Amino acid sequence: MMKTFSIGGIHPSDSKISKDCKIEVLPVPSKVFISVAQHLGAPATPVVKAGDQVKVGQIIAEPAGFISAYVHSSVSGTVKSVGPRKDLAGNNVTHIEIDVEGDEWAEGIDLTDTLVTEIPSDNKAILEKIKMNGVVGLGGATFPAHVKLCPPPGKKADCLILNGAECEPYLTSDYRIMLERSKEIVIGAAIMKQVLGGCPAVIGIEENKPEAIKAMSAAVAELGYPGISVMTLKKKYPQGGEKQLIDAVMGRQVKSMGLPIDVGAVVQNVATSLAVYEAVQKNMPLITNVLTVTGDCLPMDKQHNYKFRIGMPLSYVAEVAGGVPKEAAKIISGGPMMGKAIANLDATTVKGSSSLLYLTAEQTVRGVESACIRCGKCAEACPMGLEPFLLQKYARNNMMDELEENAVQDCIECGCCLYSCPANIPLLDIIRLAKGDVIRIIRGRGQK
Amino acid sequence: MTTTIIWTIAILTVLGALLAVVLYIVAEKFKVEEDPRIDEVEKVLPGANCGGCGQAGCRAFAQFCVESSPNLDKCFCPVGGNDGMQKVAAVLGVEVAAKEPQVAVVRCNGTCENRPRTNEYGGYQSCRVKATLYSGDTGCSFGCLGCGDCVAACQFGAISMDPATGLPVVDEEKCTACGACVKACPKNIIELRNKGRRNMRVFVSCVNKDKGAVARKACKAACIGCSKCAKVCPFEAITVENNVAYIDFTKCKLCKKCVAECPTGAIHAVNFPVVKPKPEAAPAPKPAEAPAAETVKKEE
Repeated sequence: MMKTFSIGGIHPSDSKISKDCKIEVLPVPSKVFISVAQHLGAPATPVVKAGDQVKVGQIIAEPAGFISAYVHSSVSGTVKSVGPRKDLAGNNVTHIEIDVEGDEWAEGIDLTDTLVTEIPSDNKAILEKIKMNGVVGLGGATFPAHVKLCPPPGKKADCLILNGAECEPYLTSDYRIMLERSKEIVIGAAIMKQVLGGCPAVIGIEENKPEAIKAMSAAVAELGYPGISVMTLKKKYPQGGEKQLIDAVMGRQVKSMGLPIDVGAVVQNVATSLAVYEAVQKNMPLITNVLTVTGDCLPMDKQHNYKFRIGMPLSYVAEVAGGVPKEAAKIISGGPMMGKAIANLDATTVKGSSSLLYLTAEQTVRGVESACIRCGKCAEACPMGLEPFLLQKYARNNMMDELEENAVQDCIECGCCLYSCPANIPLLDIIRLAKGDVIRIIRGRGQK
Repeated sequence: MTTTIIWTIAILTVLGALLAVVLYIVAEKFKVEEDPRIDEVEKVLPGANCGGCGQAGCRAFAQFCVESSPNLDKCFCPVGGNDGMQKVAAVLGVEVAAKEPQVAVVRCNGTCENRPRTNEYGGYQSCRVKATLYSGDTGCSFGCLGCGDCVAACQFGAISMDPATGLPVVDEEKCTACGACVKACPKNIIELRNKGRRNMRVFVSCVNKDKGAVARKACKAACIGCSKCAKVCPFEAITVENNVAYIDFTKCKLCKKCVAECPTGAIHAVNFPVVKPKPEAAPAPKPAEAPAAETVKKEE
C-alpha cells in the first residue's frame, strides 16, 4: 500500500502542463542583478565593489552569520554597482549589478559532463565544499544546506529523506531534473547520506510521476550505492511539507516547535541533492537552477522548463519564454498554493526561484467572505491537525493565550484551510499574522 | 406547631451568626490592602479603557498614578487631556505640569493622483496582512497601504478613509491622541504631534526613505531629501536623515518658510488662516515669529 501523511491534506488538480518540456538553457542577458538575500537567515555581505572584474563562480558576497550563505557571480564581467534594488515583493534589497562580458569561469570548476561517482571520504571537506559553494535548500525555504547536514551534538540522523514529491500544482522543475539528472541526484544523496553517518536514504516521489519513479529507481539500481531506495507516495497536498514527508516516509511525528532532527530525520529537496553533487564532485557553486514557465493561458509551445542563472531579471525570462500572455492577471513565483504573487517583474531570479506561473483573472478571483458555519472542512483539511476556524476567531480578537494553547505556532502555511473553506474566509492570512505574533511571544519568553 | 417555628428561627439565627463570624474571619484574613485613592482616581478618569496611556486600562492607570505620585510626569491620560490630569492631581493632592495636547498626523500624501498604482491588490483587506505580503500596490514601499487598519483601531471614530485620495483623514475634534492608530499602522506613517498654537501645524507628509529620484518616480509628492527645507529653517527644527526630512514639533515656530521652499510640496501646513487679501496675511506669521525669537534668545 502506498504511504502518505496521516491527517488532513487536499487534492487540488495537479495541472502539470509543462511536464514534457525538456530543460532548456536560458541565454545569458547583457546585465544581471544578483541579490545578497537568496537564502533564509542574514543577508550576505558583498565583497566586491563597483569596477571590479568578476568571473563566473567567483564569490561576490560572504555569509553574515551562522545561518547565511555565500553568493557567487553567475556571469563574468564588470561590477557596475552595489546597491538597493526592489525584489519581487517590492522591498529594497542589496543587489550586485554586473555587466556581462564573455563567459570566463573561475578556476577549479569542472565544466565537463562526466559523471563522478566516487565520493570523497573526508566528511569535513565535503561540508566545507557545500558551504563554500553556497548550497541552500531548494525546496522553497532556501535554508543553508550545510547547517541542516550538521545535526547538533547528541542527535543522530536515522533517515535522509529526499523530497521529490513536488506536490505544488503546475511546477515541473523537480520532475524534469529527476528525469534528466537522476544519476547526479542519487550521487548527491549518497554524499549527504555519508556526511550524516551512513543512515539510509529514501527518495519520496508522488504516484502521479511514474516516469520519475522509473528513472530514479533505474539510477539507484545502476549506481548501486547501498541503503538508497525510492518510495512511491500517494498523491496528496502538502506531501512535500517537511513534517508531512517525515510522517509519510517514517511514520514519525515532529513535536510542536520541534525540528525534524528531533525524530532523526533530515529532509532535502531533490534539487538540493543535485546542487550538492555539483558542489562536491564538480566544485560548481550554486548559480543555476531550473524554473518552470507555465499557466493554463499559455499554449503548449510556450510552456518551458528553463535552466537559469541567478540574477536574471524575471521580465527577461518572461520575454525569452515568449512574453507575458494577455490573459495573465497574476504572475506567481513558486506554485499556486504557497508561492508569492510577483509585484515587480523587474525583480531577478534567485537560487530558490522555481516558477513563473501565469494565472488568469478567473483563477485568482477571491469569493465574497461570508460567516463561518462551522462545517469543519478546514479542520479536516489541516495537515497539522489544527482548527483554523477557531484560530481565526481567536486571532481576530487578539487572544494570544488561546492561540498558543491551540498551537497556532505549528501552522505550516500550506493554505489547505483557505482552499477548502466554502465561506471564503481568509483563514490563512489571519492565522499567519497571529502565528508570527505568538512565535515572537514564545521567543521573547525564552530570552527572559 | 409553635415549637417547630421556634426551632426553625433559633437554628437559622444560630446558623446565620456562625456564618457571619466565618465570613468576617475570612474577609479579615484574605483582605487585599488597596489604596482607597485608586478608586477615587478611577472615578475622575474618562473610562474609555483605550490603553492610550500605556497601561492596560483606566483602573491600571489609576493604580499607576497612585504608585508614581507625587511625581506624575510619566502619567498622562491622552483622552482626559490636561483637564483630566488636573483632576487626578487634585484627588492625589499633587501638582502636575500641563502637557501640550497632541493629535494624530498622517504622514503620507500618496493620493491616487500623486502616486500611480503599479499593481492591484486582491488579497485580504488589512494593512498588516498586505504589509507582510509585499511593499504595496504602488512604487512607494513606505507609503499608506490604504486598507484602513487605523480606522478599525480608532475607538473614537476619529479616522476615516477618504475615497477620493485613498488616504485616512483624522478628525482633529474627535482625536484624543491615544496612539492606537500609531500602533496599528504597519508602515509607521501616523505620528502623534503637538496640536500647536491654534491647531496650526507644519509637518513633512512623507516617510519615503528611498533616494530622491526613486521616491519622486513613485510619488509626485514624495520627500526627496533635498535638504532645502533644513537650510531655510531659522530654528534648526528640520533634520534630514535617510533621504527624508523631519520637522521637530518642539522646535518649529510655524514660520512656514520650509513650505514655500519644498519642491515637491511634501511639507504641509494645516489650519493656518486662509490668506486672501495681502495686508491680512502679514499679522498671521508675525506673532508666530515674535515669541519665537524671544524663546531662542532665552535658550541662548
